[in-house]
Amino acid sequence: MVKVYTSSVIDAPADRVWAAVRDFNALPQWHPAIRDSRIEGNHPSDKIGCIRNFNLRDGGNIRERLLALSDYDFSCTYSILESPMGVRDYIATLKLSPITDGNRTFAEWTAEFDCEPERAGALAQQVGQGVFQGGFDGLKRSLGRR
Amino acid sequence: MISVRRSTIIDAPVDEVWAILRDFNGHARWHPAIAESRIEDGRAGDEAGCVRRFRLTDGGELREQLLTLSDRDRRFSYCILDAPIPLIDYVANVSLKPVTDGNRTYWEWSSSFAAPEDRADELAALIGEGIYEAGFASVRAMFGQTTSTGHASPRTSRAVTPMGDHRPIDGGAVVIERHGGPEVLRWERATAMPPGPGEVRIRHTAIGLNYIDVYTRTGYYPLIQPPGIPGMEAAGIVLDIGPSVHGLMPGDRVAYACAPPGAYVEVRTMKADLVVPLPDEISDRVAAAVMLKGMSAEFLLHRVASVREGDTILVHAAAGGVGQLLCQWARHLGATVIGTVGSLDKAKIARGAGCAYPILYRETDFVERVLEITEGRGCNIVYDAVGADTFLKSYEALALRGHLVSYGQASGPIPPIDIAAFVGKSATVSRPNFGHYTGTAAEVRSICDRLFRALSNGVLQVEISQEFALRDAAEAHRALESRRTMGSTILIP
Repeated sequence: MVKVYTSSVIDAPADRVWAAVRDFNALPQWHPAIRDSRIEGNHPSDKIGCIRNFNLRDGGNIRERLLALSDYDFSCTYSILESPMGVRDYIATLKLSPITDGNRTFAEWTAEFDCEPERAGALAQQVGQGVFQGGFDGLKRSLGRR
Repeated sequence: MISVRRSTIIDAPVDEVWAILRDFNGHARWHPAIAESRIEDGRAGDEAGCVRRFRLTDGGELREQLLTLSDRDRRFSYCILDAPIPLIDYVANVSLKPVTDGNRTYWEWSSSFAAPEDRADELAALIGEGIYEAGFASVRAMFGQTTSTGHASPRTSRAVTPMGDHRPIDGGAVVIERHGGPEVLRWERATAMPPGPGEVRIRHTAIGLNYIDVYTRTGYYPLIQPPGIPGMEAAGIVLDIGPSVHGLMPGDRVAYACAPPGAYVEVRTMKADLVVPLPDEISDRVAAAVMLKGMSAEFLLHRVASVREGDTILVHAAAGGVGQLLCQWARHLGATVIGTVGSLDKAKIARGAGCAYPILYRETDFVERVLEITEGRGCNIVYDAVGADTFLKSYEALALRGHLVSYGQASGPIPPIDIAAFVGKSATVSRPNFGHYTGTAAEVRSICDRLFRALSNGVLQVEISQEFALRDAAEAHRALESRRTMGSTILIP
C-alpha cells in the first residue's frame, strides 16, 4: 500500500475554496492538468456514486467515482475506476480546514493505492507533486488573494 | 455546549513545533499566560493520564489532565480538573499537521465546554484569544516570526528544502569500542543528524538481533572500524525526511534490513531508498525480527532459484532462522522439503516448519538418505549455508540439472572447487550476496511486497522467543553465542 500526503495553504476563505472543489465535475476550472470533464449518466455532480470522466491535457482518460462528500467537514473522497497510471484500489480524499488566523485555508490531499512495487516511488511522486501539488497551485492561482 | 476553534500556520517544520508542544509540562516555557507548572506525583509530561498543576500570571491556579498523546498524529487532548472560572466539561485538542508545500506547520487548537449562559461569550473569547491565539503568537515568536503570517508572504526559501532542515536528535546507542567479546558493547549517546537529500530519520521501536552482529563485533566480518555501531535491521517510525524522498512520510511505520551496520540506536538517520513502509497487519516486533532473514528467504526461493510445485529441495540447518522460513515457504509453494538438523529437538522444529524429512546428520548420512527418499534422483535445489562441511556432499545430493545454492559458510571457508566436474550433473552453483539482491529501492519494495504478503497470509510464522532492552545488547549477544536462544531475538529501545 502506497500512501501519499500533500498539504498546502491557500490564501482564500475555506468556504470559497470549498465552493470551487465541491463540484466533482469542475476539475478543468481549477486543475491545470485537466482538459475537460463530464459526469456520466447525466447525474448531478454532488450525487454520491456519480462518475466523472475526464481527459488530461497530455491525452490520458480517467474515470473516478465519488464515494463521499461532506459539506460539514469540507471533504470529498473518490476512487479511480480506470486510468493509465497502473494503480489498484486507489482512494483519495481532499479535505479543507479553515485557518482562523488570516481567514485562509489549510488543504490536505491524501491517497492510498497499490501498484507494482518497483513503481511505488515514481507514482508517489507523480500523484503527490504532479496531481495534488499541481492542483493546489491551480487553486492558489484562481482563488488566492495575491 | 460551546465550541472554540482556532488555527494558524507556523513557518517551521512540524517536528520542530511538535518538539515544543508535546511536553504537557512545557507550556510554562512557551505560553505567556503560564507563570509556573509542574506535573503531579512525579510523573513525566508525556505520560497519558498525568496531571499538570499550574499558576497563571494573574495568579489563578488550574489542574489539567492529559487524556491522549500521539506522536504519530502529533496530537494531544486534555481536560480541566480544577479551575477558578466556570469551564464545565472542558476538553481540548491540540493537533499539528505538516504543510508539505513549504515545509510549514498547520496548528489547530479546539475545545468544547459548558458555561453559565451569561458568561458564554466572555469565556469563549478568553479561551480563543487569551489562550489559543496568545499561544500561537508566542510559539511563532520562538521561530523568529514576530507578526501573524496572515497576509505576509511565507518564507519561500523553505519551499525548496521540503521536510529537511531540522535539528540533531540525541539518543541512546550501543557502540563497539574495539573488536572483542560482548563486553566491548557500550551504552552511549549518539546524535542523529537531520536527514539530508535522500535520507530519512527513524525512531526505532524494535531492532533485530542476528549472528552477523556477533561477526561485526568480533571483527570476523570487517563491516565496521571501531568505534562503530552494529545492527543490520530494525523497525520504527519516520520522524522526518530529507529533500527528494518520495513514498515515505513522517509518522509512517517502516522497516529495513541493509548495510551498513548501525541499527543498535534509538534514532537513526540513513538512506531512505532501502526503507519500506509496513502494512498495518505486520507488527514492528515481527518486522524487526524477520526483515533480514525473510528477505533472504524471498530471493533464495524466488530469484536465485525458482522453487516450483513438485520440486524436492534440501535445506541444511532446517531449524535455523533462515532454514525455518525456507521450509515454511517452500512447503507452501508445493515442494517436498528435506532438511538436515543437529538434534531431535531441532528435527521437531523443522517438521513443524514444513520439513517433511528432517535428517539427523550426525547419525545419518544425508546423501544416502536423500537418494533413498528421492528414489535415486536427488534434489532439484539444495540450500547450503553450512559451507566447508557440506558443500561437496550437497553436490552429491543434487539431481541432474540441479541447483546448488551456497549462501553462507558457518562451518568455515569452502575449498576451491573444480567447475569442470559439474558437467557430471549439468549442475548450477550460485553464491548469492544479500546486497546484490537488495541494493535498489525497486528490488527491496518488490521483495518486501511478497514477503509481507507471505507473513499476512500466515504462510510464514515468526516466533519471537527473546526480547532484551537495547542497552542490554551485550547480554543478548552472550545468549546468542552460547546458543541459549530459540527462534528470533529482538532488542527494544
